[in-house]
Amino acid sequence: MALLEIKNLTVEFDTPGGVVHAVNDLNYSVEAGETLGIVGESGSGKSVHILALLGLLPCPPGRIVSGEAWFDGRNLMALSDSDLRSIRGGEIGMVFQDPMSSLNPVLTVGRQLKEVLTRHTNLTGRALKARMVELLDIVGIPHPEARLSQYPHEFSGGMRQRVMIAIGMACNPRLLIADEATTALDVTVQAQILDLVRQLKHDFGTTVIWITHDMGVVAELADTIQVMYGGRIMERGPVRPVFHDPRSAYTWGLLNSLPDEGARTQRRLYQIPGSPPDMANPPPGDPFAPRNPFATERCHREVPPLRDVGNMPGHKVAAWYDLPALLAAQSEKEQTP
Amino acid sequence: MTGFILRRLGESLLAIWGVVTIVFFVTRILGDPAALLLPIGASDADIQALRAQLGLDQPMLVQYGQFLLNAVQGDFGVSFQHGRDAMQVVLERLPATAQLALTAIAMGLVIGTVAGSIAALKRGKAIELVVMAVALLGQATPVFWLGIMLILFFAVNLGWLPTGGYGTLAHLVLPAFTLAVFVSASIARLLRSSMLEILKEDYIRTAKAKGLLRHTVFFWHVARNALIPVVTMTAILTGELLGGSVVTETVFSWPGIGRLIIQAIEAKDFPVIQAGITLIAAIFVLINFLVDLLYGVLDPRIRANR
Repeated sequence: MALLEIKNLTVEFDTPGGVVHAVNDLNYSVEAGETLGIVGESGSGKSVHILALLGLLPCPPGRIVSGEAWFDGRNLMALSDSDLRSIRGGEIGMVFQDPMSSLNPVLTVGRQLKEVLTRHTNLTGRALKARMVELLDIVGIPHPEARLSQYPHEFSGGMRQRVMIAIGMACNPRLLIADEATTALDVTVQAQILDLVRQLKHDFGTTVIWITHDMGVVAELADTIQVMYGGRIMERGPVRPVFHDPRSAYTWGLLNSLPDEGARTQRRLYQIPGSPPDMANPPPGDPFAPRNPFATERCHREVPPLRDVGNMPGHKVAAWYDLPALLAAQSEKEQTP
Repeated sequence: MTGFILRRLGESLLAIWGVVTIVFFVTRILGDPAALLLPIGASDADIQALRAQLGLDQPMLVQYGQFLLNAVQGDFGVSFQHGRDAMQVVLERLPATAQLALTAIAMGLVIGTVAGSIAALKRGKAIELVVMAVALLGQATPVFWLGIMLILFFAVNLGWLPTGGYGTLAHLVLPAFTLAVFVSASIARLLRSSMLEILKEDYIRTAKAKGLLRHTVFFWHVARNALIPVVTMTAILTGELLGGSVVTETVFSWPGIGRLIIQAIEAKDFPVIQAGITLIAAIFVLINFLVDLLYGVLDPRIRANR
């Protein structure tokens, strides 16, 4: 059963340069226990749509034009402020990017952990303290009891990110949303954090939405990958088929711009031509069409719907063209000079 | 931390010494008090005699050395005008000044923080515009003009409050309000801009994502951080007001330090000027020192760097 179902979500921003169409008619769902990796570049709408459904979007300049977000039978978009506040931090935990600025510098880590617990649970006194120590221990922070009375600047970047995860997980949320949670960290710390999240998923069965621009992180962590561009889903499906048989030219471009792991090939890394679309004046058709070497005339004219594709159930693409056929034709052309 | 306190203490003493030295030499530029103290037509011999009696016939550096030596022992000499210990004369005026200053700061803080918070939280609404316009007006209005207008309206026309003087609570209302207008306007404007900065911080979004109640986010996350610059400004304003608000004290005939020093300057009463300025400098330096300590309490990052 779907834990979260987003229907027809459209978000716009009013800016001096015109209306920016940040999220356009977004539809998807996340099953209970699933880990969804959302990939996309800055401005793809991956973070904005999450902030919108949690009521964290600054309005103005943001504006939710339409949409529903059903979480466990309740439409988050229709809830009152106070009802939504009760869900945030409790049933839905959030972990933000940049642990340097996401913790309040003048409050102790203990205080920042405590306030989310006292808000959403009935813990008090010794039980509360024990839970705080337990949480820091779960996320692998040594000497948790002593660390509670310290301030964020006394923690390293990786340790702060662990604190953020402890805060996000504090009330045993059914859904944990992480937005670029490992982006600011070096690779070894990133690997430790990913291990930790996998462990937490295993132990508590938490549903996770992991937002990143890093395909590698998604490959390691997610069950399902969702590639976003220009406020739309370009491709979506189980990780394996999407990585091995991409059907969107954008996904294909992203995968080809990654260095091959292990193999020391002489292959030049692929570079997606052009620059991200100006979402104040989005292209009329497929938002990726202007940068897509395989784009057809129809791509420039008409927005493609998300359709089923490939052999694996759940693999969907929004494209008018048939990528495998086009790639086969291309390689044939290269082989017959 | 002990090292920090000792260092700050040393700096404080240095600052007070600097102020005292400047005041000593500047007062000598004012002119010869002996000529002013004696009746018009006094003979040169009388003037010379008085100068010798006051020690003004000594070379400047000798006078300065003697002054420092005495000042360290708390002796600022005898007031030419009052014929009593100069510091005693100044200290007698301190309660009146302190009463006025602290009342004005308290009123200003309450009005300023409420107005500043409203302006920040109601960003873009009409109320923000109104609050900020009033604050700008309050900061720009000259104190002497505001004081006189208040006297005209509340004391002369309505007869509700006395025009000036010292003693009862009724005497305190107008001068304190006059000063509080400037204080609250400054605090409101600073707090608003400080809060708008803090509201953009990532940790405010984190606090909201935790589902915290609105007042928890406001008091523990927004206000707690936004108040740090306000503390500095309040301290500086307190220091200034404790040094005597010359104009306000004069307009309302308030017997404070500010008015005393103005009178001492007119009479070239060197000991009182020197005692008064030294006291003001000491108060100012002490308050700055306390603010530095308070900073450490408010912001743990500063504490860590000491």
